[in-house]
Amino acid sequence: MSPLDFVVLIGTMVGIAVYGIWRTRGQRDLSTYLKGDPNVRWAAIGISVMATQASAITFISTPGQGYQDGLGFVQNYFGMPLALIIIAAIFLPMYRRLNVYTAYEFLGRRFDAKTRLLGAALFLVQRGLAAGITIYAPAIILSTMLGWRLDLTIVLSGLLVIIYTVAGGSEAVSLTQKYQLAIIFGGMATAFIVLLTKLPANLSLTDALTVAGGFKKLEAVDFSLDVRRRYTFWSGLLGGLFLSLSYFGTDQSQVQRYISGASLRESRLGLMFNAVLKIPMQFFILLLGVLVFVFYQFERPPVFFNGVAWKYAVEHGSGERLRSIEQQFAAVHAQKQQLIHTWLGAKHAGDRKTEAEARAQAMAVNERSEAVRAEAKTALVAADPGVKSNDSDYVFITFVLDHLPHGVIGLLVAAFFAAALSSKSAELSALGSTTTVDFYRHLLKREATDAHYVAASKWFTLLWGLVALAFALFANLVENLIQAVNIVGSVFYGVVLALFLVAFFLKRVSGTAVFWAALAAQTLVFVLYFSLNISYLWYNFIGCAACVLLSLLIQAALGPNAGSAQALPGS
Amino acid sequence: MKPLDVNATGDEHAPSGPAGTSDSETTGLPWLDTWHGVYAFVFGCFIVWVGLLIALTVIFS
Repeated sequence: MSPLDFVVLIGTMVGIAVYGIWRTRGQRDLSTYLKGDPNVRWAAIGISVMATQASAITFISTPGQGYQDGLGFVQNYFGMPLALIIIAAIFLPMYRRLNVYTAYEFLGRRFDAKTRLLGAALFLVQRGLAAGITIYAPAIILSTMLGWRLDLTIVLSGLLVIIYTVAGGSEAVSLTQKYQLAIIFGGMATAFIVLLTKLPANLSLTDALTVAGGFKKLEAVDFSLDVRRRYTFWSGLLGGLFLSLSYFGTDQSQVQRYISGASLRESRLGLMFNAVLKIPMQFFILLLGVLVFVFYQFERPPVFFNGVAWKYAVEHGSGERLRSIEQQFAAVHAQKQQLIHTWLGAKHAGDRKTEAEARAQAMAVNERSEAVRAEAKTALVAADPGVKSNDSDYVFITFVLDHLPHGVIGLLVAAFFAAALSSKSAELSALGSTTTVDFYRHLLKREATDAHYVAASKWFTLLWGLVALAFALFANLVENLIQAVNIVGSVFYGVVLALFLVAFFLKRVSGTAVFWAALAAQTLVFVLYFSLNISYLWYNFIGCAACVLLSLLIQAALGPNAGSAQALPGS
Repeated sequence: MKPLDVNATGDEHAPSGPAGTSDSETTGLPWLDTWHGVYAFVFGCFIVWVGLLIALTVIFS
C-alpha cells in the first residue's frame, strides 16, 4: 500500500469514528443510548440492519466464493425475505407494543423471569464468542496480505470500535454505520467498474458471461433434492428461512437495530428495505467474484492465492517442487487461454461446431488446471502443515492489491475495515445492552437513574469489547476457529428461536413448561452433538423442534392452568 | 427513567409503549397503502429475483 492508500484508509476510519463520538456527545438518556435515536427513519434502520449483518468476511470472502463455486451461494439468502416479512408482521409489533429494550425482556413479559434470563444468557454466550471472530477473521487475512503485525491490526481496529461504541451507544452505531456502508458500497462499486475496464478490450460483457457460464460459474439456482449438495433452492429457502428468523428475530444485535424506529412503520419499512435488497446485493458481490474469475482467464493467476504462504514455502525447502508446479500451471493456463480465444472467435463467426468443441476442450483443460492447483495445495501443506489449504478467502484481496490503482486499494481496504467495524459495533452495543437490562437492572439494581444505567451500560460494553479483543488475540490457539464459532451458534440458535416461536404461536404454553423444555432440548442437542456425526446446521432444526414439542408435552402434563402464561397487550 | 412497574411474575417494565405500535398504522407509500400490499410487493420482488437468476442460469448454461 502507498502513502495515498494509508491516507484514505486512516482518514475514513478515524473520521467516521470521531464523527460518531462528536454527534452523540453529552448523551444521558438510557433509551437513546440503548435503542438509538427515537426519531430514526426507515432508510437509516434499513442501512443499520444491513451493515450489522454484512461483516468484513462478507466482502473479502464472498467474491472468493463466486470465483471458486460461482453464483450458487446466493440461494442461501432465499429464505431471508420471507423471514423478514414474518418478523415485520408478527415479532416487531409485539416488541414495540411492550416497549422493550431487548428481545429477552419480551420473554420475561410473555413467560417469566427465569425464561428471560435463559434466553439472554444463551445470547451472551453465543454472541460473546462470535464477537472475537468479527475482528480476528478479517485481521488475519489483511495482515497476512499487507504484511502488517496481526496483534497490532487486531488491537488498533478493536480499540477504535470500542471507543466510539462505548461513547455513543446504539445511536453512534447507527450514525457510523451509514457512512461505513457508503464506504463499503463505494469501494465495491469502484472495484466492479475497474474490473470491467481491466477485461480484454475486445471482450464484451456478454462474452465475459459466456465464458463464466461455460465454466459453470453462473448456475445460480439449483432445484435438486439431493441433500448432499451444498447450495440448492430448497436448502436455501428452508434453511435460510430458519436461520434468518433466528438471527433477525431473536438476536439482540439485530433486534436493537430496528426496534428504535420513530414508529412501527419506520421499523417495518427498514426491514422490508433489507428483504428487497439483500438478494441483489449478494448477487452483485458474487458476480464480482465471477468476473474476477473471467479476468484471470486472460491474465495468469497465482497458482495459490495466499501468496505470502506460498512464498514462505518456496523459500523454506520446497522451492524446487513448488516452482515445477508453477511452470506446469502456467503451461496449462496458456493452453486454456488459447482455447477460450478459439471458442469466442467461433461464437462471433457463428461457427457452432467449433464453438462447442473449443468450449469442451477449454473445460477439460480447466479441470487439469484445477488438478494442478490441488497438487500445489498438497505440496504446500506438506511443506508447511500449519497453512490453510483453502485459498478462496485470498482471491479478492490478491486481485485488489495486484490490479487496482493506488487510492482505490486504500478505499477497498477501508471498505473491509468499515464492514468489520460496523458489525462489531452493533454486536458490542447489543452485548452491553443485554447485560445491563436483562442482568444488572433486572437482578442487581432495579431503581436507579438513567445516568446510572447509561454509565453501567458503558462499562459493560467496554468489558465485552475487551473480552472480544482478548479472544481475537488468542484466537489462533483454537483450531479452525470460524467453524468452531459456527458450531456454537448452531448449537444454541435452535433453542433460542423456539423460545420465541412458542411465545408467539403457542399462547397456552407457560413459562415453566417452556423453560424446562428449553433446558431439556439444549441438553439433547449437546448429547447429539457429542454422539452423532451430522452437519452442525441440523442442530438449529433439532434444538428448535425438540424445544417446541417438549414444551407442548410438559404443558400437557402440568395441566392447562399450571405455570405462568401471561396475557400480552393486544394478544 | 420512570419508576419500574412490577407485574405478577416479578418482571419490571416501562409503563407504556411507544407511539406508533398499531398494526393498522398507514404505510405512507403511494401505491401500497396496506401492509399486506407491502408484503405482497416484497414477495413479488423475491419471485422476480429468483426468476431472473433462473433465466441467467438457463441462458448461460
